[in-house]
Amino acid sequence: MTLLGQFALWAAFLIAVWCAVIAFSGRWQGRPELAATVTRSVYAVFGCLVVASLALWKGLITHDFNIEYVAAYTSRNLPPYYIVSAFWAGQKGSLLFWAVVLSLFASLAQLLTPRRNADLMPYVAGVTSAVAAFFVSVMLFGASPFERLGYTPADGRGLNPQLQNVGMVIHPPMLYLGYISITIPFAFAIAALLSRRLDTGWIHAIRKWTLVSWLFLSIGITLGMWWAYVELGWGGYWAWDPVENASFLPWLTMTAFLHSVMIQEKRGMLKRWNLGLIVGTFLLSIFGTFITRSGVIASVHSFTQSNVGYFFLAFLVVAAVLSFTLLYTRWPLLEADVQLESMLSREAAFLFNNLLLVGIAFSVLWGTLFPILSEAVRGSKITVGPPFFNRVNVPLGLLLLALTGIGPLIAWRKASTANLRRQFVTPVSAGAATLVVLLAAGVRDLYPVMTFTLAGFVAGTVLQEFYRGIRARRRMHGESVPVAFLRLIERNRRRYGGYIVHVGVLIYFVAFAGMAFKVEREATLKPGESVELRSPFGHTYTFTQVGISQYEALNRVVSAATVQVTVDGKPAGLLTSEKRQHVDSFKRPTFEPSTEVGIRSGLREDLYLVFAGAVGGTEEAVYRFNINPLVWWVWFGGFVLAFGGIVTMWPGGGPTIARTRQAQGGYGVALVGAGKETDR
Amino acid sequence: MKAGHKFLLGAALIVGSVGFLIAEGVKETGVYFLTPAELAAKTASDPTFVENVGFKVGARVVPGSVRRDDASRTIDFKVSDGVKTYPVTYHGLVPDTFTDANDIEVVVEGRLGRDGVIRATDVLAKCGSRYEAVPKA
Repeated sequence: MTLLGQFALWAAFLIAVWCAVIAFSGRWQGRPELAATVTRSVYAVFGCLVVASLALWKGLITHDFNIEYVAAYTSRNLPPYYIVSAFWAGQKGSLLFWAVVLSLFASLAQLLTPRRNADLMPYVAGVTSAVAAFFVSVMLFGASPFERLGYTPADGRGLNPQLQNVGMVIHPPMLYLGYISITIPFAFAIAALLSRRLDTGWIHAIRKWTLVSWLFLSIGITLGMWWAYVELGWGGYWAWDPVENASFLPWLTMTAFLHSVMIQEKRGMLKRWNLGLIVGTFLLSIFGTFITRSGVIASVHSFTQSNVGYFFLAFLVVAAVLSFTLLYTRWPLLEADVQLESMLSREAAFLFNNLLLVGIAFSVLWGTLFPILSEAVRGSKITVGPPFFNRVNVPLGLLLLALTGIGPLIAWRKASTANLRRQFVTPVSAGAATLVVLLAAGVRDLYPVMTFTLAGFVAGTVLQEFYRGIRARRRMHGESVPVAFLRLIERNRRRYGGYIVHVGVLIYFVAFAGMAFKVEREATLKPGESVELRSPFGHTYTFTQVGISQYEALNRVVSAATVQVTVDGKPAGLLTSEKRQHVDSFKRPTFEPSTEVGIRSGLREDLYLVFAGAVGGTEEAVYRFNINPLVWWVWFGGFVLAFGGIVTMWPGGGPTIARTRQAQGGYGVALVGAGKETDR
Repeated sequence: MKAGHKFLLGAALIVGSVGFLIAEGVKETGVYFLTPAELAAKTASDPTFVENVGFKVGARVVPGSVRRDDASRTIDFKVSDGVKTYPVTYHGLVPDTFTDANDIEVVVEGRLGRDGVIRATDVLAKCGSRYEAVPKA
């Protein structure tokens, strides 16, 4: 099967190159049969890569340990779902995963894009094929998943225990899907530039794609946090590690784009900025792949260091030079239709939101690259860590949170004083009320207090928007509250889906701020000994050592250490953390021992127990105890955010741009009719 | 003042604060990342470096040098880049990847004491082969 796989890769490579050459040469113009060839080549590449993927999966499922990749990432005693996910668990397989998904998206883009954009499609195919050809070439010339060993091992090495987690089955593909789907908007942007069709047509064509990409990235990042929290055992979920930052960067620029694109649709401004953001987002996703795979910057998450990174560096440079040159040559065509009219307008709020998002992205990029930059410029390597990122990004993040509440309240073009008063009274009161409650409760830490206050303000904004929308529907149609609520969302998914996303974001902020109050303590306990921790919510937790037990499981030998928990003197069950030594089917140890954290998650706080080891074979155990406030809300915030994203992009009946305008116009008129001024 | 100008002013304010926060953040939180040989050179040229300046050292753990005292959660080991070797003492929990075997890479954050021992405040096991299995003996 490896021969077939390798052959399929070559076929995919040659067809993709051929497709890109015809597409970019422009010969298809005026020659419909060539345009059809370009489209069919995109499908053919997808077909070849499906064959290659099936070949790899067959090797994995049949335990063909003669294939280096299969031997390196699976073993006979590995649970079946990890064998399936081993497809993307390693460097080489994940390249194939990337290529096959990219070609799937490229085919869907050809298939689903309406006829009116037909003249863009060959260029789109050209870009996606060139990117696909690049990924396949990395496999062909750098790291083939079909490489065979000179001998056949009796068993494979198995999967790293830290990757043996449900989160790790879903997290990488989600992140990859996010990264990969960015290629489609990028391809449309390049196609628009090449064809000089720089009206808003291409923007409409990519709206769904950017949302898909943003949604996958969001889910991928949140799952990554969850995985880090339950597997890595250092007690948190975000460490500003280069690889984490690499996934955050395109998310930031993509989020900026999703906002600024509305200004282009409604007002015809920011054309250059939007193209720059899309190109930048694509380059950052390639940059992220480069960071993850090259080992240039030390990270705990990296794949093995390899020369594959340099393929990506070269690709990154070429793509950046070509895209920005193209953007430069089309610069004069991208004049804005109108100028900014007032600082008190939604446009201005969005512009500041964009600047902040890009500013945050820049600071994260700067901090990530700082060791390299400082070494190159000053000759000595200086690193910055979480203190740097928190110092810079907490104030910027708070400003951004404030804008999340302000943006939806300000009218387009120019807001009147009356409009501002009417819009801001409730949300500002909500924020002020939150502040009073916090101060009364004795919370004095500056940043958390600001975060919770602003969160109250944003919540006030969203609730006011929903309340007014529902009230208007009730007056107009006499609907009950739940019906009005659902219809409101259904009739303007983009707007109300967006508000739901904002709720997710504010939950994230609150949860992140909660971690400022975490409590941590290390202790060595003999059976019967105990430690006490006081939680930020005022509870006293007592952890009493019970003992350590040992047993064997499917592919591991486990030492489990257990403590008895009491809350304010009342028994609250047991908490167990494990030390696992994974073994292969011959009971030989594979990998270093790993820790399975004991977690009890609650709405207020998580108990987080790390068993670091037993003292000299006795039942005396070394522990770290954490009380982590509000962590559950991170996962819940991620859920709300993803739900909002899905509402925003839900197909069928989703109004097109033109219909949105109409509908909103009608809605405004109705509001006026109901005795209310309208501001949208 | 026109809206465009006002916006530019606001934009300059944001860009300026981002720049300021970055510059100040680097100054306040940046630490040297040194090899043991560079650390030796640094302390030779600048004696005030000892005890006063925090840094990170990236090096390999000298196999067989690790002494653990589980009960007091103290760990002593030596790090080396083949040129210079420094003893390290650390109070706290080390990650699972920190082992005595197969020549692991670590990043030690801390300060150098007058006795030539690095007092670590944090130990990260970098382990270049994080997601690969240990080679079979």
